[in-house]
Amino acid sequence: MRENVSSHNALLIDYEYCTGCHSCEVACKQRLDLPTGRFGIKLAQNGPWQIDGEKWEWNCVPIPTEDCDLCADRVESGKKPMCVKHCQAFCMQYGPVEHLAEQMVGKKKMCLFVP
Amino acid sequence: MSEGSAWQWQEGDYTVTRTCGWSPPGQHPVGWGLDLYVKDNKLVRVEGEEAQPVTQGRLGIQQLELPAYVHHADRIIYPMRRDPKDRGRADKWERITWDEAFDMIVEKTRAIQAEFGNEAIFTILGTGRDLWHTVPMLTFAAFRSPNFFYPQSGWSCYGPRAAICAFSLGAGYPEIDFAAQFPDRYDNPKYTVPECILVYGKAPLESNPDGLFGHSIIDMMKRGSKLIVVDPRATWLATRAEHFLQVRPGTDAALLLAMINVIIEEGLYDQEFVEKWCYGFSELRERAREYPPSRAAEITWVPEHQIIAAARFFAASKPATVSWGLAVDQNPNGVQVAHSLCILGALTGNLDIPGGIVLGDMRGKPGPWWGFEQLPEEIAEKRLGLHEWPGVTTILSTTQPDMVLDVINTGKPYPLKMSFTMGSNPLACPSAAPQQWEEGFKKLDFNVVCDLFQTPSSEAYCDLFLPVASYAEKDGIVATHYGLLVLFIGAINKALQVGECKSDDEIMLELGKRLNPEAFPWDSVEELLDWELEGYLVPMTFKELRQAGWTVPNYEYRKYETGSQTPTGDPGFATTNGRVQFHIDVFEMFGEDPLPYYKEPPYSPVSTPELSKEYPLILTTGARTWSYFHSEQRQIPRLREINPDPLVEIHPETAAKLGIIDGDWVWIENMFGKCRQKARLTPITMPDVVMAQHGFWYPEKDASSPSLFGVYESNINNLIPHFVVGKLGFGATYKCQICKVYKADGAPA
Repeated sequence: MRENVSSHNALLIDYEYCTGCHSCEVACKQRLDLPTGRFGIKLAQNGPWQIDGEKWEWNCVPIPTEDCDLCADRVESGKKPMCVKHCQAFCMQYGPVEHLAEQMVGKKKMCLFVP
Repeated sequence: MSEGSAWQWQEGDYTVTRTCGWSPPGQHPVGWGLDLYVKDNKLVRVEGEEAQPVTQGRLGIQQLELPAYVHHADRIIYPMRRDPKDRGRADKWERITWDEAFDMIVEKTRAIQAEFGNEAIFTILGTGRDLWHTVPMLTFAAFRSPNFFYPQSGWSCYGPRAAICAFSLGAGYPEIDFAAQFPDRYDNPKYTVPECILVYGKAPLESNPDGLFGHSIIDMMKRGSKLIVVDPRATWLATRAEHFLQVRPGTDAALLLAMINVIIEEGLYDQEFVEKWCYGFSELRERAREYPPSRAAEITWVPEHQIIAAARFFAASKPATVSWGLAVDQNPNGVQVAHSLCILGALTGNLDIPGGIVLGDMRGKPGPWWGFEQLPEEIAEKRLGLHEWPGVTTILSTTQPDMVLDVINTGKPYPLKMSFTMGSNPLACPSAAPQQWEEGFKKLDFNVVCDLFQTPSSEAYCDLFLPVASYAEKDGIVATHYGLLVLFIGAINKALQVGECKSDDEIMLELGKRLNPEAFPWDSVEELLDWELEGYLVPMTFKELRQAGWTVPNYEYRKYETGSQTPTGDPGFATTNGRVQFHIDVFEMFGEDPLPYYKEPPYSPVSTPELSKEYPLILTTGARTWSYFHSEQRQIPRLREINPDPLVEIHPETAAKLGIIDGDWVWIENMFGKCRQKARLTPITMPDVVMAQHGFWYPEKDASSPSLFGVYESNINNLIPHFVVGKLGFGATYKCQICKVYKADGAPA
C-alpha cells in the first residue's frame, strides 16, 4: 500500500452551506460509471421541518459510499476528487484527515468522513 | 497536459475542448466553464473548467449529464418530414436531406406569402435557448413577417419585468451584484459585498436565471450577506434567511407597497437619490399610505411585525440588492409587482452601486429587434397586437402571445397558415390551456420545428423536423442575461459532430440565404459571431474570444451620473424624463394606473368565494427542480432518477384531512381542467396552498396521439385558463390559481 494515500485522506463537508444540489452525486456517478440506483456519494437530509415559529431544520450532508475510492487516480495526477471539484457551494474539501480536522475547530455544522 | 491551443488539447486518448456552456439543452446563459472530453467523435465525459472566473470549475447536474443528452438514442439526428395528414402518428416520419428540407420550407413560404401575405407565417422561440437573435432575424429578415412570439400566456416570463425595465427604470435587466464583472470577483477593490439580498419569488440555486450563477449567493453568504426571502414555500434559502416572508400567492404588490409605506413613513429612504433621480415621489407616498402593514398582513398572510422588520432591515442595509424571480411575472398584477420592486431599489439608493443592483445599459446590441429594419413598414404595421396591446408591442418585438390562438381560430384580422418553431415545446410547458393550442396548431397548413428530441408538440402537429446541435456540437457566444446585462461573454466551442445536426445559427444562415440573401451577408457562423461581438461592443473576433475563453466587459457603476445609461449619453435613466419613474406617465396613455396598486388574483378565496367552496386550495405551479430545465431532460436517466415523477407539494395537515399519504397519486382539478401528480407531503408549503410541478411529460410513453408522450396526464397547465392576463397584456395566473385535490386510482397508465 502506498504511503499517505486513501486510508489517511478524508472529505470535510461544511453543511451550513450544502444546498443539496446533487452535483457531487452525479459527478461521481459519471466517473465511476454507476447505474441508476447506485452511488459513490449520496445526499442525506434532515428536514425540512419547522422547529419553532421562525426557525427551520433543513440540512443536507453527502455521505461517501463503499464505492468511493476518493478519486485516487485523479488525486495522483494533481486533480481534485470529482465531488469536491464540482460542488456548487464549495462546501467540500479533500485532504489529510488531521489537516481537515483542524478546519472544524471554531466552526459549526462540519462533518468529516474517512471513506 | 499535452500540446494544443488554449481551448483544445490532448489528454491521453482524449481531445479536450474548453467551452462555456449554454444551449441546447435549454438553460440560462451562465456560460459554465466546461472541459469536454471527446474520443472517436464521442463525448465521453465532462469536467468543470476552474479558470472560468464565475463558475470556477463548479457544475450543476444538468451540465454534468451533457454526454447522456448529446448521445441519447432518441435524439433526432437527420431532417425528418411527415405528411400533414399523418400528424400525431409517430411512425410516419421519414428521413430527408437538408436540401430537401430547406427546399420544402422555401416552397411553402413563397406559396403562403403569395396567397396570404408574409404575416400569415409566424415563428416561435423557447426560453433558455441561444435564439434571441436567431428567431427575430429569421422572422423579420428571412420570412419577412412581423409575427414572432414566446408562447406563454401573458408573456409571463419576464414580460411584466421587461415592461418596468423599459417604462420605469430605463435600464436593462436589474441583477444582484455578484461581482461577475470582475475577473478577481469579490476581492476586487471596487466591489462591496451586499449586506442584504432580497430573494423575491425566485429559486436561484436551482435555476440560475438569467445568467446569474445562483450559488454566487452562497459565496456572498459566506462573506456576510444576509437574506430576506419572500416565497409561499419555505425554500432551503428561506431557512437560512434573516427574514422569511411566507406570502400568499399573488398578493405580492400589497406586501411590497406596505414595505414602501414603512420606508417612506419612517424616513428610511435615500432622500438625495430620490430628489435627484426619481419622479413621482409624492404620488407614490400617497399611494403607499393606502397599504399600511396591517392591511398588507390581512391580504398577504404575512404577520405585520415581519413586514415592518424586513422593510427596516432592507432599508438599513448598505448596500442592499434584489433578485426578482418568475413569481413576479406569473400574476396578472405582475407589472405592479415588478414596479414596486424597482421602486424599493431606487427608494433606498441601491441602483447601480457596488453590491447593489447592477443594471444593463441601453446602448445598441444584438437582440430581439435584429432584422426589424428589414421589414417594410406596411408589413410591420400588421404585427398582431400592435395597437391592441401597446404595453407589449412598444417594448418587445413580439406579438401579444395569447391573441395568436384567437387569430388562428377566428381568422381575424387575417388568416395564419404556417409556423416555424425553434426550441419550444408549447403543449408541455409554456402554453396555458394546451389542448386548445394543439387544436390551433393543427389548423395551420405547415408546421416546422427545430429541436433535438421529438416532443409532444412536434409529434402532435409538426410536418418537418430540423435536427439541432447541442452546445457541445456548435460554435457560439454566451452572454449573460440574453445580452440585456452583459457581465460576462464566453465562447462556445464545437467539440464533435452528431449525425447531420446543425446549430440554430447555421439553420438561420442557410435558410436566410435562400429566402433573402441580401439580409444575410455572413458566409459562415464565424463571420456571424464576429458581427454579434461587435454588437456587444466587445473589441474581439470570435477566434480571439475562443483563444481567451471569455471576456469580462468593463462595467461602469452609477451610469446614470456619467451618461452611460442612456443611448443619447445624457445623464439619468433611459425613461421619458430621464428619471426612475415611480409614476409611469406612459401608462396613462395605455389606460393603466401610473402608480403601483394591488389587485386580488382573478381566482382566489377573496375574489371568487363561491368557486373557492368547490376549489378551496390555492394553486401555485412551477417551482424549480435540480434535474430539469422546464420540459427538458425527462429522458436523461441520472436526472430522472432524482425527480422521477411530477410532484405536488401538500401540507401534511391538509393531506390528512383529504386522506392522502406521501407518494399517493392525486388529481389536481379546477374549473378549467385537471391532471394527476404524485403527492409530496411537506411542511414547507402552507396548509391552504399546494405547489404543482410543471413541464412534465413522459418520453417513455406512446409518442402518437392521443397520448403524445402522456403530455396531458400530469400537465398542470390544464388548469390555467387562456388569456386571463393583466391590463397591459402581461401576466397570467400560473402562480395564483385555485384547485381541489383528491386521491387518484394510481399513476397515469
